[in-house]
Amino acid sequence: MLRKTGMRSTPTAIVLLLAACSLPAAVAAGAGVEPQAVSQPARQPLAPPGGVRAYDTGNDAGGSITIEWDRSPDDTGPRGRVTGYEVFRSESQNSGFESLMCLPSGTTACIDNSAVDGVEYYYRVRATSPDAPSVAVGAGPVKSSGQWFNRARLNLVVIAAILVFAIVYYIIQGAKGKDLYIRKISGLEAVDEAVGRATEMGRPVLFIPGIQDMDNVQTVAGMTILANIAKRTATYETALDVPVSRSIVMSTGRETVKQAYLEAGRPDLYSDDIVHYITDEQFGYVAAVDGIMVRQKPAACFYLGAFFAESLILAETGNSIGAIQVAGTAMPTQLPFFVAACDYTLIGEELFAASAYLSKDRMMMGSLKGQDAGKAVAMLFILAGVAVATLAAATGNETLAGLGEWLRQFFAIN
Amino acid sequence: MEDTPILASPLAQTISLWIAALLTLMIFSFLYKDNPAYKFAEHLFVGVSAAYWMTVGFWTTLIPNLMAKLFPSRMGTIFPVAVGNRAEYFYIVPLVFGILLLTRLYSRLAWLSRWAMAFIIGFAAGTNFTRYLQSDFVTQIHSTMIPLYEPTGNIMTAVGRIFSNLVVVIGVVCALIYFYFSKPHEGSFGKAARVGIWVLMAAFGASFGYTVMARVSLLTGRMSFLITWVQSIF
Repeated sequence: MLRKTGMRSTPTAIVLLLAACSLPAAVAAGAGVEPQAVSQPARQPLAPPGGVRAYDTGNDAGGSITIEWDRSPDDTGPRGRVTGYEVFRSESQNSGFESLMCLPSGTTACIDNSAVDGVEYYYRVRATSPDAPSVAVGAGPVKSSGQWFNRARLNLVVIAAILVFAIVYYIIQGAKGKDLYIRKISGLEAVDEAVGRATEMGRPVLFIPGIQDMDNVQTVAGMTILANIAKRTATYETALDVPVSRSIVMSTGRETVKQAYLEAGRPDLYSDDIVHYITDEQFGYVAAVDGIMVRQKPAACFYLGAFFAESLILAETGNSIGAIQVAGTAMPTQLPFFVAACDYTLIGEELFAASAYLSKDRMMMGSLKGQDAGKAVAMLFILAGVAVATLAAATGNETLAGLGEWLRQFFAIN
Repeated sequence: MEDTPILASPLAQTISLWIAALLTLMIFSFLYKDNPAYKFAEHLFVGVSAAYWMTVGFWTTLIPNLMAKLFPSRMGTIFPVAVGNRAEYFYIVPLVFGILLLTRLYSRLAWLSRWAMAFIIGFAAGTNFTRYLQSDFVTQIHSTMIPLYEPTGNIMTAVGRIFSNLVVVIGVVCALIYFYFSKPHEGSFGKAARVGIWVLMAAFGASFGYTVMARVSLLTGRMSFLITWVQSIF
């Protein structure tokens, strides 16, 4: 089994590795040491590592060279003479070798992550012991380079292609006007009810898009739902308040709400103040939103996006003012709080399905159907993998075991 | 005589302790009802933190990630690490996008900001696609492909393992069925979806208890601070 060690190590690891080197002081003293110039020990010379080879590390962005070797015959375990291996590097074949790293005994590979792409390097590896190191064995020249494609992840391309095909297929079907069925999602059915209640009570609707930026898909999903809610508040002439904790979310939110008010035919009701920035600070934002809740007393509160520790504080305050609350997030640690304190909760995938569900847009529904097709494929593979693995374990059949392993590897991240 | 930094002096530490304790009490006063003390603490918190994050954003993002890349030789004492580096002119692209975002301030050019926003959202969608495909989809399938039966010497171990693996497989498949939107939750499909939501609720319950314990420890920490403050008075 290969033990790969990169240049980056924890301080503890560095201490251990330096101890593993156990070089005589003169050799360990400084750079520019020539590994072949060490004096012969009094005992039987230490056998050097064999088969030293260096090659460009594959499937990476460059700047990395892998060095491998076979153990020294004297590396016979914890009680063997070899205490470690020392790797040297030079840009010249016969001189200028500098110590690159020290590794414990038993190691047969390491990765030099400090290589510069396009530069030729020569490496030498020697076994070390408290007495004297072995002769160094060389490899090279070798150059590092980056690869455009990570071939180890071809399986991901295939899986992504299947998913994309399914999504595109159903989007086309939706665009052609095919009737696409989506089951009832009660949390989303409540959106109309909540906005209607706020309208009847003459109180505002509060929308919280989470505390993450626009590079989080949950915030993006929250924004698409905001568009639907804003269209309803514009139609019913209900006040909408969207406090945000990120400047980019504020810009996006304003565009979203403005567009929704335009589509509802009520651009006159739109104001930039509907979406307003508070602070990036998590609990500063929560303190302000809690203040808004108890002072404005919104009749409906929507929490749709990525949430962290603030979820329960917000939902409890909303509960205390008697607002109807609809929450949705894909944060597994915060979902329990929303489930406990809100009237309706969109769990994970339901949040992403919401925009298609609310808008009834055929193309978005097609996208949702495509995702469902992906889930169906996942279930089939899981059941097939479980069946094959169980049969292989029960019968000991090698072919089935091989097939099961192939299936698992197809879904492995390399 | 040795100079003591003003903020490290006993008087300054006493004042900061009092400020922290009073602000904590002001925030806690919200548990009773909204009041002027809470409003003061809230506005102070929001104002200070907004200004703080703007400054942090300027010094940790704009300076090192933009200005130091475009004008490394002019960083001088502002960001000395960059001095001597070569200018990386492709950073003009994010600079242009940043300026486009600011066009919102001028209504006639505000539409230009949509380009930057479209880029941000498109980038987020694209990069997250592969990320979530790996972490939430592929890894989940890989981890669930487990044998329901594994021959072992100990009967109790075998039974325990079968039960554990069954829970994993049934839990994952039923939860997936719950999130399948293209079919009504009726009949056996509906029953499987019901099992799925039970699995989710059981997981949420465990998570709830775990997180509440963490929150209680936070409260304990704050109470401990207040006790220290009260003790310092007497």
